[in-house]
Amino acid sequence: MTQVRPYGDTLDDGAVQLSFTLPIPWSEAADEAARQLAVKMGFTGVAVAEGRAIASGFSFFVIYARTPAAIDVSAVHAPSATSDALSLEQVDELIAKRVGRKLKVVGACIGTDAHTVGIDAILNMKGYKGDYGLERYRGFEVFNLGSQIAVEDLVRFARERRADAILASQVVTQKGSDVANFTALAELLEAENAREGVVLIAGGPRVTNLLAAELGYDAGFGRGTLPSEVATFIARRAAERASA
Amino acid sequence: MELRLDHGAVARARRLAAAIADPIDAFIARHSTLSVERAVARLCGVDGVDADGVPLPNRLADALPARELGMARVLGAAVAETGRTPQQIAEAVAGGEPLPDPARTPETALRAALRPFANDGLARIDANRRAREALLARLPQDEPPLLYVIVASGNIYEDRTAAVAAAEAGAQIVAVIRSTAQSLLDYLPYGATTEGFGGTYATQENFRIMRAALDEASERLGRYVMLTNYASGLCMPEIAATAALERLDMLLNDSMYGILFRDINMQRTFVDQHFSRQLNARSGIIINTGEDNYLTTADAVEQAPAVLASQLVNEAFALRAGLPPAQMGLGDAYEIDPDLEDGFLFQVAQAQLARQIFPDAPLKYMPPTKHMTGDIFKGHLIDAMFNLTSVMTHQTIHLCGMLTEAIHTPFLADRALALENARYVMSTARHFGDEIEIKPGGKIERRAHDVLHGAVRILERVAERGLMAAIENGTFADVRRPREGGRGYDGVFAKDPAYWNPFAGAHAREPVGA
Repeated sequence: MTQVRPYGDTLDDGAVQLSFTLPIPWSEAADEAARQLAVKMGFTGVAVAEGRAIASGFSFFVIYARTPAAIDVSAVHAPSATSDALSLEQVDELIAKRVGRKLKVVGACIGTDAHTVGIDAILNMKGYKGDYGLERYRGFEVFNLGSQIAVEDLVRFARERRADAILASQVVTQKGSDVANFTALAELLEAENAREGVVLIAGGPRVTNLLAAELGYDAGFGRGTLPSEVATFIARRAAERASA
Repeated sequence: MELRLDHGAVARARRLAAAIADPIDAFIARHSTLSVERAVARLCGVDGVDADGVPLPNRLADALPARELGMARVLGAAVAETGRTPQQIAEAVAGGEPLPDPARTPETALRAALRPFANDGLARIDANRRAREALLARLPQDEPPLLYVIVASGNIYEDRTAAVAAAEAGAQIVAVIRSTAQSLLDYLPYGATTEGFGGTYATQENFRIMRAALDEASERLGRYVMLTNYASGLCMPEIAATAALERLDMLLNDSMYGILFRDINMQRTFVDQHFSRQLNARSGIIINTGEDNYLTTADAVEQAPAVLASQLVNEAFALRAGLPPAQMGLGDAYEIDPDLEDGFLFQVAQAQLARQIFPDAPLKYMPPTKHMTGDIFKGHLIDAMFNLTSVMTHQTIHLCGMLTEAIHTPFLADRALALENARYVMSTARHFGDEIEIKPGGKIERRAHDVLHGAVRILERVAERGLMAAIENGTFADVRRPREGGRGYDGVFAKDPAYWNPFAGAHAREPVGA
């Protein structure tokens, strides 16, 4: 099966659920406006299951509909950065054998973002969900610069310490600030000819490996990532470089 | 329902919290900060910015010939010498004029010169307090838990639309989340703002815009809708002053948050917090403390005793600033891993424990955030359990959880769905907590007991070392902060014996202009 459609209760029925708000008072005409809008989006069999006022001048809709669109899944590629994670001991062993020294890892929440929960979960000794953070590994020397670090400061620090890996974290995504900051970091590293030598990693709840690749990063890690998955990626990349 | 508590342990915990707060209080009494002095200027009527957009209170503070004497002394001398108002003096300073040497003016003359302006500021705060009390009497709130939502578009005019829509959907409190960078700004931005990241700048004009919109909505809905902002970060006292002048109703106000999570110098923020809380006490503003942060950054089951310990320390600091329990919105959060069996029981234990230990405090209950995912359906369900815990245990200030917590700052519909969830659960289970009894010696009671005794052990450790040393040693949230490090330390100074601040102790003085 290559052409795939959404599945409600029958193969190829194309069933989807969606909800949205319109900035108009609710009325039966508002329900009909929502239905016609869904038709304009390309849906068929549109049923407005729920339509009601949620404030004066705003109406909320829940809609079930069908889409004629299909996707050839055999043509879709989104490589994962988290496959085959090693254990802490295996990562340390890999680094010891193939690199022969501690890898320096610098992490920061860049730009104005002050939400360090993600970077802390990956780097702090305690880790996340019982999976120890990178500080716990013998193979890593970790520098967690914390929140609201300007990309210039991060790059300067990484150069001074001769970092092997840079972890940039972004939680706030409003108006594309995350992508702007990630891009600024990648561009600054390129401009300073400092990109080649480091494993550059993006992290945050809305980050995907695909997005990170588009932005010129080696990998991207999203919500639910375990520290060992990041550790494995860095160790393997460093090991490849050491052998090259 | 009622937990059987070890009252000896509660009393011991309070004594320890007092022992922790007292030495800090003595330190605070000897010091002031530039942000305190700028707040004094604002309360004397100084507002506006210079040609480069620098706020006039900053220009004044930077021009002080001897900051150890305090803003009021210099400003009073300038008023006495020139006959100008504090605002005119600030404008002249911005134009390049120096401030006078306060030693030239006799003590009584400079105090008498500034007093009318200081009294005007206090009279405005007092008038706001009376106005709030009259509005609450005429437009009573629905019974607690008071449903609290945030708006955070970055644009104050969009925030206004969202706030009014939320009020119509049942919100009783609206908080405008600040732009993420604001806590680190050493000045208060000016004017109406339409750009911000992760939130909207706190400015006096933005406060006015929201207050006016919510006042209008309050009249229309027949219930008073409260407005909240953040007196935290480097401008804590200035925000507290501005909020008092514009009749905000609540302020997030917790120095530990700034120290641990924003690397703000501990001395700076302890001094700032004390003066802020004195102003809050005077203005009738309810503070919200930030204990939820211990839970979002570490394991919530493990950190429960830290929450109670922090609540007790916050209470001790608040009492020392003249803030009565009725204005202490002590914090907690529903952050236990949803996969943990009986996690709900632990949440109930903790929430009920706080309710009984702080019977007169309007407790602030924060929603699940850490374990929320892109699965909005599960998220909505977890929020419902949070709502049930809150109504069962009689929490007062209830920050509604958003099903899209992990995805984006709330859409208008997200808020409406969150409010609908809370209203349904709290209505259908309104008196549930009053109808059931907690099993003596059962899981809930045992958990509450463990948390209480855990808090006592933390407080013992902190009391032994002293709070500042404990922060230096990483006792809180595994974060270490040096006593003389962090942001804003250069703005802390020891007061001269002749230092004067007409608003210090404002909470304890007679109302003005009644």
